[in-house]
Amino acid sequence: MRRNGPLALIFHTIFVIVMVAPILVVCLVAFTPEGFLSLPTNGFSLRWFRAIANYPEFIHAFWVSLGLGALSSFVALLFAVPAALAIARYRFRGRDALAALFLSPLMIPHVVLGIAFLRFFTSAGLGGSFAALIIAHVIIVFPFALRLTLAAATGMDLSVEMAAVSLGANGWTLFRRVTLPLILPGVISGWALAFIQSFDDLTMTVFLAAPGTETLPVRMFLYIQDNIDPLVTSVSACVIAVTMTALILLDRFYGLDRVLAGKGVTGR
Amino acid sequence: MSTAAEQRSARAPWALTAPALMLFVGVLLIPLAMTVMLSFHDWGQYKGIEPVFILKNWREIATDPYYAEMFWRTFRIAIVTTLLTAVLGAPEAYILNRMSGRWKSIFLLVILGPLLISVVARTLGWALLFGGNNGLVNKLLMSAGLIHAPIPFMFTETGMVVALAHVMMPFMVLSVWAALQRLDPQIENAALSLGAGPVTIIRRIIMPQIMPGVLSGAIIVFSLSASAFATPAIIGGRRLKVAATLAYDEFLNTLDWPLGAAVATLLLVALVLIVVGSNALIERRYAEVFR
Repeated sequence: MRRNGPLALIFHTIFVIVMVAPILVVCLVAFTPEGFLSLPTNGFSLRWFRAIANYPEFIHAFWVSLGLGALSSFVALLFAVPAALAIARYRFRGRDALAALFLSPLMIPHVVLGIAFLRFFTSAGLGGSFAALIIAHVIIVFPFALRLTLAAATGMDLSVEMAAVSLGANGWTLFRRVTLPLILPGVISGWALAFIQSFDDLTMTVFLAAPGTETLPVRMFLYIQDNIDPLVTSVSACVIAVTMTALILLDRFYGLDRVLAGKGVTGR
Repeated sequence: MSTAAEQRSARAPWALTAPALMLFVGVLLIPLAMTVMLSFHDWGQYKGIEPVFILKNWREIATDPYYAEMFWRTFRIAIVTTLLTAVLGAPEAYILNRMSGRWKSIFLLVILGPLLISVVARTLGWALLFGGNNGLVNKLLMSAGLIHAPIPFMFTETGMVVALAHVMMPFMVLSVWAALQRLDPQIENAALSLGAGPVTIIRRIIMPQIMPGVLSGAIIVFSLSASAFATPAIIGGRRLKVAATLAYDEFLNTLDWPLGAAVATLLLVALVLIVVGSNALIERRYAEVFR
């Protein structure tokens, strides 16, 4: 294959700089020693990271986000693993329709989901509760949990299971000792991707969160609506650090291109 | 003749999918149906939501030019964003694909990674870069001699498009990159050996083959841009409304839920029609590529 020419490399350099610039500038401004938005030209300071401690609502929101992401991704997997096994192994009527239904939260705008859940949970008397947030997040992260589990279940060697059955394993033992360990990399990656999606969601959550159940993105968004100061950049830098850690783990254990490739991966 | 084992295996997939199916019917389909119903309800400042069946909200959206203008703005921003990502993302994916293994995976991580980083943080980054009239972007463009007067980015459609294009870019690169993986590099070499220049190769060999990737990327970018919330809300401010931010306002500030539900329903229906329609068109046009 031919190599890239100089023009292509210049384009590529500018492209990468523009892609990284907004993320980099947030992380840099977070280290400013000044009391206003500025790049840290006179040395780095951690004052704005220490300042987060004076805003308990950010710390509370962080724990809400963390708990919500971990729990809703786990619950989503409880539903997604059996569904993925069924879709991967059986050819049955309605299979395509079911798969489409399970992936549909990717297609429906999150603002519409937020409105639908707000209406639903308010009439169910659960408005603004943590339980409502969990259920809503289970729905939006479900496609991600399903897709990665499905990929693992499709690639699995069925003869291993047959060998286990011929040796007398069945039902729960078969699942716990044979099937689950074999699909575990897919399940864990599915959990990680689902966690990131839940941890970052703003558009849907902003409709459901009430004071006390505000997630970090919601808290940040409401803060930015009023004013932008270095505090919100240091909080953002922490969020970016959490995501990057999950991202690097995901890349190491599964390969980021495998996680992201395939149709309809959505963020927002 | 069906044996007991066959009957069991016919029931098994349904037993396995039943919990997820019940979850989706109970907490996805029913809430969506309730939202469509809500758009037909009445609302008043003092009486709240009245569960009657009227077309008031839909008539208001159809007749008040404010909504036509808002939806037109929403789709205009989505279209320009889509074009921008296609024009810049497709060449970048091509360049990326020609890099050697190590660099390819590093830059792929750099370009796709932002996909998973909080949209609020990324948009905040753009707000910082735009920052007023002497923001970093304007300073850079002016010192490069590309513009003479600062371009207003904050609270304008220009700023929204730039920030949205950045947010959506990974989807386009990913989609074109996937199409490039199916491309046989020998075809390019064959064209070269037959005397084709680089421009001809790109126009006649590469473009037709990656077009399905560009188009399916465009569908994803368009539908996500048209329903984007965080970026238009932060860059656009309180006055420059798009469909998602307007629906948010109706729900959480004005509290006119039925009207907000009507806006959301219209957005959903419009997007589903556009996405399904263009998918069908692309599949017919490029049937050979997908086979």
